[in-house]
Amino acid sequence: MRLTFNVNGRQQEADDVWEGESLLYVLRERLGLPGSKNACEQGECGSCTVRLDGVPVCSCLVAAGQAQDRDIVTVEGLADQAKKRAAAGCAGGACGTTLDEAKQWESKPADGQSGEASTSPLTLSPIQQAFIDAGAVQCGFCTPGLLVAADELLERNDSPSDADIREALSGNLCRCTGYEKILDAVRLAAARAGAETAGTGA
Amino acid sequence: MGVTRTPTNITQGSQTKGGIGESTLRPDGTLKVTGEFAYSSDLWHEDMLWGFTLRSPHPHARIKSIDTSEALAQAGVYAVLTHDDLPTEHTKYGLEYTDTPVLADGVVRHHGEPVALVAADHPETARRAAAKIKVDYEPLPVVHDEASALADDAPILHPGRDDHHAGQVPHPNIVHRQPIIRGNAEEAAQRADVIVSGEYEVGMQDQAFLGPESGLAVPGEDGGVDLYVATQWLHSDLRQIAPVLGLPEEKVRMTLSGVGGAFGGREDLSMQIHACLLALRTGKPVKIVYNRFESFFGHVHRHPAKLWYEHGATKDGKITHMKCRIVLDGGAYASASPAVVGNASSLSVGPYVIDDVEIEAVALYTNNPPCGAMRGFGAVQACFAYESQMDKLAEKLGMDPVEFRQKNAMSQGTIMPTGQVVDSPAPVAELLRRVKAMPLPPEKQWEAAGDAADVRALPGGLSNTTHGEGVVRGIGYAVGIKNVGFSEGFDDYSTARVQLQVINGEPVATVHTAMAEVGQGGVTVHAQIARTELGVTQVVIHPADTQVGSAGSTSASRQTYMTGGAVKNTCEAVREKVLEIGRRKFGTYHPAWATAELLLESGKVVTDGGEPLADLVDVLEGETVDIELEWRHRPTEAFDLVTGQGFGHVQYSFAAHRAVVEVDTELGLVKVIELACAQDVGKALNPLSVKGQIQGGTTQGLGLAVMEEIIVSKDSKVRNPSFTDYLIPTILDTPTIPVDVLELADEHAPYGLRGIGEAPTLSSTPAVVSAIRAATGLALNRVPVRPEHITGT
Ligand code: FES
Ligand code: FES
Repeated sequence: MRLTFNVNGRQQEADDVWEGESLLYVLRERLGLPGSKNACEQGECGSCTVRLDGVPVCSCLVAAGQAQDRDIVTVEGLADQAKKRAAAGCAGGACGTTLDEAKQWESKPADGQSGEASTSPLTLSPIQQAFIDAGAVQCGFCTPGLLVAADELLERNDSPSDADIREALSGNLCRCTGYEKILDAVRLAAARAGAETAGTGA
Repeated sequence: MGVTRTPTNITQGSQTKGGIGESTLRPDGTLKVTGEFAYSSDLWHEDMLWGFTLRSPHPHARIKSIDTSEALAQAGVYAVLTHDDLPTEHTKYGLEYTDTPVLADGVVRHHGEPVALVAADHPETARRAAAKIKVDYEPLPVVHDEASALADDAPILHPGRDDHHAGQVPHPNIVHRQPIIRGNAEEAAQRADVIVSGEYEVGMQDQAFLGPESGLAVPGEDGGVDLYVATQWLHSDLRQIAPVLGLPEEKVRMTLSGVGGAFGGREDLSMQIHACLLALRTGKPVKIVYNRFESFFGHVHRHPAKLWYEHGATKDGKITHMKCRIVLDGGAYASASPAVVGNASSLSVGPYVIDDVEIEAVALYTNNPPCGAMRGFGAVQACFAYESQMDKLAEKLGMDPVEFRQKNAMSQGTIMPTGQVVDSPAPVAELLRRVKAMPLPPEKQWEAAGDAADVRALPGGLSNTTHGEGVVRGIGYAVGIKNVGFSEGFDDYSTARVQLQVINGEPVATVHTAMAEVGQGGVTVHAQIARTELGVTQVVIHPADTQVGSAGSTSASRQTYMTGGAVKNTCEAVREKVLEIGRRKFGTYHPAWATAELLLESGKVVTDGGEPLADLVDVLEGETVDIELEWRHRPTEAFDLVTGQGFGHVQYSFAAHRAVVEVDTELGLVKVIELACAQDVGKALNPLSVKGQIQGGTTQGLGLAVMEEIIVSKDSKVRNPSFTDYLIPTILDTPTIPVDVLELADEHAPYGLRGIGEAPTLSSTPAVVSAIRAATGLALNRVPVRPEHITGT
């Protein structure tokens, strides 16, 4: 079958899709968007999380055909999505956690970026930057799914409590970090958005 | 060369930004958050086929026949391979013993053993074709525990063994046995006022790395193959792959792809040889990606263990002796079992001073899933048992469990049961003190909060099973000891190539190693070391491949020590060379070139007094310095096979935990409220990464304590190969993990650092169980602890 849908703001088509293929497979293998991960393909790990018409879903459990004519945002589209939100006057958090409350974040700004990263002069969304700064990325296999889930959380709740963060991310497994730095990253992104809003008087 | 040598101590480059000791950020971080980082499962090639592995449904069976014709006839299928299609007489591989068939050879020895391979143009086509392969099995009797392995009529799983332990083992179904005898435990037991004994059991844990086993093999025009894969040790893979393919090692070119975690589970081969075989047969690139179901069969697990312990102590709290016997289930193939036996036996005493010991550890061959490396191997199982014993002893003596441990804690100078003197800091009592001194989380927060109480903080969480009634708090402590690096006389080395040149008017260092970055942050640390040693800002980390010498495995907590040490060592040689060039070019301009200690700092050659002599850019003008060197840690010795004596380990690593749990005693639900850790890291090269390692390791120990177990039935079948049934901690199961980092330098190690990745996985498990015991009063001699163990139902 042929599928038409909108991925990260762009109209996309996929041909010869077999009806048993998941949305995850089509994104990764047919559209060249391998950012969404395939850690279980059983709906249990969240590494494949994308937004389908705004709602976070496990794309490994969505039959590709169900995505016909719908809007999908993957990790590859997070930075653009954040830019659009900022332009629309919502910086992903209007008020929120103060910087002091995010004090568990300890990384000091250092150049740190070398090698591969220096060739990739991308603008990152606030949650992407916070994951790097807080040390929330180790192997990084859980990261794309967590970023999509955390971004959605901050969109609807600009100053989440720790319990809110844990609840929102409870469907995303991470085997490396013990989650502490992931919590730090979400707190940090919320705090930065709050500080920015306060700073501009918005 | 000039009279001055550059100093090799820590002061070199300490002014350079982004060097060691700073929490610099991951060089691969940006790619990982944008989704562009290419993991082994993300690879794609024009015209690529998909490989699939048919696996045995039986734990032990003879294969009477295999009929592949129907599978081969399917549209879209390019090849079907069985054992008969293997190209050479080398049809087995293995880490320590060459005992694992690439494809089953007339017999399968465990549930999930690879039997046949299919390559097709779509993964589903390959899967469906594999289902059409007809295998006629004749089931054989199953060996599933020590009794059935050593019974008179036990089937011998590997007849005609020729491995290096075959001559010494008491039974052919024993992979390896290591006794350790020191002092006289019988006699010392006479001095004991109290004696406690116990039988403990540790379930089979899975590494559960998130990135599935996967890779891409591309046939080369020269008859060789290029393999892109996620692994822990490229050169070890290469050594095992090339003979099976019948290719010289130069024709198997391996490149590390993005690795989605490892934790020991990628030390053994999985799909590597299979993908190469299919690629060479079809002449097309072949990709293999396991799904989670297959992943549970596709790698080895942590050895389940039974441990018998006896300790004695005097009234004043000094331990008199220890006897133990540890039986590890190695499953169908040897994998890393011999090394696991070495660790379990030599670390079975724990971080305590006990002069009189009698120790025996064995690993069995059974028809259970093969077990091998997982974070902390051998030491994790022992730690659960000896720490349970420490609590029992303290209780029997009426002593505080922390004080009792401190009274018997080892320190620098202590003699291990192997006779090895611990010759670097061993701050066991201090770690316990620190972890105990941390503030405790508030009690009964649900009462204090009144109506605002958040059920999410209670056992059962969002299931809303309690509002605090029946909930009891418990606190438990544990401490552990882990060896760092490869032990028992293994020639453990790592290789680093470092280039220094001027690019676009700036000095740039390129670091090339074969180190597998599996998430631990080795690439971050290599860049930091190069900055510190060479005084440059720009460092490029070359992709890891087999075009440079071996880096050894990313395991045994060894990579920062070993490949970090190799990078440091090569950088020192590069620095010598740079200064030699500088003296040649500019030596006549300033007497300090000949007389002073010279450093490289912030892009300049400076004297140790800080006076700049030249810009690195000018020194390097028209020159490239390019050096590749091997680096070794000091040699170790094998353990004597009768007495277990020997300088077996190069370094030890210590961590202590305090667990605070709340248990719903009616439903048996456990909520771990906090899991505090204190660890000596020698020197934190990157403090942010160090904490990340400690928190991650702690969480895996928590998983073993209360959640994680691969259930293997009595007939040796795997019952729960999915994330639906094999549960690892989610963010809701994981408590806050405060970390107190101690830095006492080990003078034998680069920068004084200590390997840190595994120690926190050891003590986390017994600390949690100790806290549950404190809350419930139950004995709990087995992990993981399940609700029914608490409610007795
Ligand atoms: S891959 Fe979709 S939930 Fe795990
Ligand atoms: S960083 Fe490896 S799984 Fe989360």
